[in-house]
Order: sequence, then C-alpha cells, then structure tokens
Amino acid sequence: MFWDKKTETLKPADLKALQLKRLKKTLAQVQHVDFYQKRLAEAGVKASSIKTLDDIRKIPFTKKQDLRDGYPFGFFAVPLKKIVRIHTTSGTTGKPTVVGYTRKDLDTWSDLIARNMTMVGITEEDVFQNMVNYGMFTGGLGFHYGAEKVGMTVIPSATGNTKRQIEMINDFGVTTIHCTPSYAMHLSEVAEEMGTTMDSLKTGIFGAEAWSESTRKTLESRLGVTAYDSYGLSELFGPGVAFECPERDGLHIWHDSYLVEIIDPKTGEQVADGERGEMVVTPLVKEAMPLLRYRTGDVTLIMEDGCICRRGKKIARITGRSDDMLVIRGINVFPSQIEHVLLKIPEVGNQFMVYIDRINHLDEMTVDVEINRDSFSGELADLANLQKKVVKELRDALELRTTVKLVEPGSLPRFEGKAKRVVDRREVV
Amino acid sequence: MDAKKYVIRQISIFSENRPGRLAAIAHALGEEKINILAFSIAEANGFGVVRALVDHPEKAHDKLQSLGFNIAFTEVIAVKMKDQPGGLYEVAKILGDAGINIEYSYAYSGKDGAVLILRVDQIEDAIIRILDSGATLLERSVFH
Repeated sequence: MFWDKKTETLKPADLKALQLKRLKKTLAQVQHVDFYQKRLAEAGVKASSIKTLDDIRKIPFTKKQDLRDGYPFGFFAVPLKKIVRIHTTSGTTGKPTVVGYTRKDLDTWSDLIARNMTMVGITEEDVFQNMVNYGMFTGGLGFHYGAEKVGMTVIPSATGNTKRQIEMINDFGVTTIHCTPSYAMHLSEVAEEMGTTMDSLKTGIFGAEAWSESTRKTLESRLGVTAYDSYGLSELFGPGVAFECPERDGLHIWHDSYLVEIIDPKTGEQVADGERGEMVVTPLVKEAMPLLRYRTGDVTLIMEDGCICRRGKKIARITGRSDDMLVIRGINVFPSQIEHVLLKIPEVGNQFMVYIDRINHLDEMTVDVEINRDSFSGELADLANLQKKVVKELRDALELRTTVKLVEPGSLPRFEGKAKRVVDRREVV
Repeated sequence: MDAKKYVIRQISIFSENRPGRLAAIAHALGEEKINILAFSIAEANGFGVVRALVDHPEKAHDKLQSLGFNIAFTEVIAVKMKDQPGGLYEVAKILGDAGINIEYSYAYSGKDGAVLILRVDQIEDAIIRILDSGATLLERSVFH
C-alpha cells in the first residue's frame, strides 16, 4: 500500500531532477543561517556552483558539534515566531542539540511517518499505542501526529506502568505498537507474568536503538506481531526517515526528502553502493532548520538491488556508529558527557569506565569512578552521599539512570592515545 | 579534665568490595609489624570502609598511603563494658539517656574485659557524659 504512490515510486531520472531542484532550494534556505552563510562563503560555494547532484561534494559537512555550537537557535532559518515546536536531543557535552519545526515542517514530517505506516499495511482501521517518551524526544509526538494523519485511533500511552499498558492493549483492542525493542521484550515478559496474552496485536514498530534479527524473531513469536525497524534522528525531523517495507530486507529511505551519501568517515570521500560507511544526509524538505551534508554518525550501506515494492534504493539496517555515541534505552549518550559531569564534581577523579549490559532486556549503564585521595573523610556515609550525588548529576545531564561504582584512586586504567573507556557487553547485532 | 586523652585515632580505609583487598591491607600492616587491636568492615553499595584501631596509627597511615590506599583518621572513643549479659545494655543506656547518637560502633572482648568502640556525633560532650555517669573510658595511651 502507498500513502503517496507517485512520489514513492518516482523513476530515477525524475527523482534526480526533483532532488536537484530541492537541493538548490535548500541551498537558498540555508542563506538565512549565519553559520552556513559563512561556511559556504569560505568554501567558495555559490548557488551557481551546484549544477548537478554530484556538485554536492563541494559543500562542507555539517557535524553535530556545529549544531551544538549554535545553541540554542543558531541554526534556525526562520524567525522564532514561525517556529511552532522545539525538540532537543542530547549533545556531546552539557548542552543539548535543539531542533525546530515550522507548521509546514510538522506537516511534512507527519506525512513521511504516514508513508512508513501505510507501507506496512497500517490503515485508519488500526488502533495504535505509542509507548515512547512524549517529551523532548521526537519519537513520541512524531509518531503521534503521523498516526493521526493516517487516521488511526491513537493512544498516547507514553512510557511506564507496563501492566496498565498491557491492560489498555487488551481493553482497547490495540493492533499496532511503537516502542523500543527492549521495551517490547519487557512488555512480553510482564504479560507472561500476568498470565495474559495480547491477541489483538498485529504490527510492532521498533526503533531508537539497534536490534538484531534474532530479537526480531523473539519479539514476533512472543508478541504475535510482524516487527518493523524504524530509523530516524531529530536533526532530520525525528523518526520517519527510513523504514522497512513488508520485505523486511533493508530500510526505504525517502530519497525525495533526504539526499543520501555514504562516505568513508576518515577521508570524507563517497563510497560506492554496497560499500559500508557513514551515512551523510542532506534533508531536502526542511524549512525551519535546513542542513547540508549532515554527518549522522550511523554506519550503513546503500543496497545495490532494487526492491520488489518498487520504492527507491534501500539502506541496510544500521550496524554501528562512526563516532563514540552510545544508545542506551533509546537515549543518545556520548562518553564526553560523562567526563563533563565528573569534571564538575571535585570529590571524584576524571578517569572513568563505562560498562553497558542488557539485563532483563533493558540496557543498564554502570560508571566506575575513582574517589579523590583528598576527599575521603573516613566516613562511609560521606561516600554513600557522594555516590548518590554522582548518580544524580549523571541523571540530570544524560536523562538516564545509571549505577555508579566508587573505586579506589589509581585503580582505573590510564590510556595513552585514544581512550577506550566504554565496554559494551550487550548482544551483538 | 582533659577530654582529649580519651580521643582515639581510628584509621579508616576506603576499599572496593572485591576479593583480596582486605588481605592487601592486612599484609601491609603485618609487614610494618603494626598490631591491629580492633577492627570492623562497613559496606555500602559496591565499596566499603575498613576501620581499625592499631598500635601505630601514623605508621599505618603512611604505609597504606604509600601503597595507594585512600586512608583517613577518624576520632572515636572506647568504653569499657562488663563481659557478661547486660554489659552492652549498661553502656548503651548511658548514651541513650544522655541523648548521644551513635553513628557506628564495634566491639572486642580482650584479656581486660570487653570494649565498645564508638563513633559519636559530639565526641567531647560524649566523653563528659560517659565519665559523669560512672562508666570507664579507655585512654588513648592504652592503644597507641
């Protein structure tokens, strides 16, 4: 099924023409952003420089750090009065990355989500329970608006209270759920403990963290759903950027809206289809916050073969990151954020180690930190308070509950050269 | 009255809760021929504090610090108890009646009877109240 058949199945030549037209428009739109005015002038890129899609290589990359440096509104290309919504996503240090939307952006975004949902056969007949955070995270409101656009019956249940979630699924006859794959696993276990099944479920949309094919099999058999992988990032609106079709062999990325390049993250050079690298995206339809050649940090490849569903080229499921960003329970965490927090607490050292485990299908992060030699009073109670303080500061900065272990000074590994402070012990995708 | 002579220096050592840490501490003290007179371990979430009364606290401090341990001195007092049923009650009642709060405590029973080591919030006040009530406090010189 198609939401926008004409656009979704554009012939390659027509698609290229549309992409070029929209790229030129985006290039004009970014002129309203000081950062881009300066950046493009420095690179000697003018409107006339872009004659073909290949000319995009003349444009410098935009990195997450650039967005952070623009905090809060430095990347808005329209006056604030035209911005109708703001979301944020975690940055590499203290400040988050801010993303803004015009009314038209919200409409464009929900339209893309409607495409995804329609692609897998979801219709206005479906009842949809959206079990993700509804706050600053784009996954909540993003899917909410998209599902409403399709005409589904939407239950904005958000996160928490799993028993109540299961009751609602059964009482309201929910057919479609959206959550993180780890929460879906938890959901199935709680249902089992309650001695109930969720027979109305048909479709599961899982995203915001990497999950394996074996997790797909487990989720499908435990929940009785067909499971689809959903990909997106706040800088590109949020979820809805790419999505699996019923073939479930790679994700369709919406080429009319996102110009995709795969690059070698070291050299910045484009690689051929079928070769793995970092995905760089130039969104072609963003009004409030246009971006050029945005380094997503996500590692994937463009699949060479076409798809039986007749939509455009697919990207492979994301296999990792080209930077050190971690995704913990769907939340982006950079090790530098942890370092930043520890620097502000004089009683602990700046060395740390992070361990990530999956316990009962939920990500758990443990941070080992050394106490400072001079800050030990000899009292256990002071240490316990310090431990609580570190937990609180980390929670405030990362929006994530962590376990903090105080260790003896000098006991953590010291690194020469590139530090390997993160040990990810979760199952390999 | 010189209350200070009843103030005893306990050594408190930060230790991760993992095998071998106590052995490392005890080995270091043994090497320096430091005798441990009383001892306890308090544990919290993943770590602990080893507390000990030793005959040479300064020497113990320097040795453990040179080995990289995080160590601090803590002031405690030691009250003599009768080594018989009701002995602890007598001491605990004095403190309770005097409104003195015990932060933590441990005890040993030696050749001269039983002794309760106490960490209290108001140490000088505690010394005066305990002595006033007729109980016996051990002087610092008994230990080191």
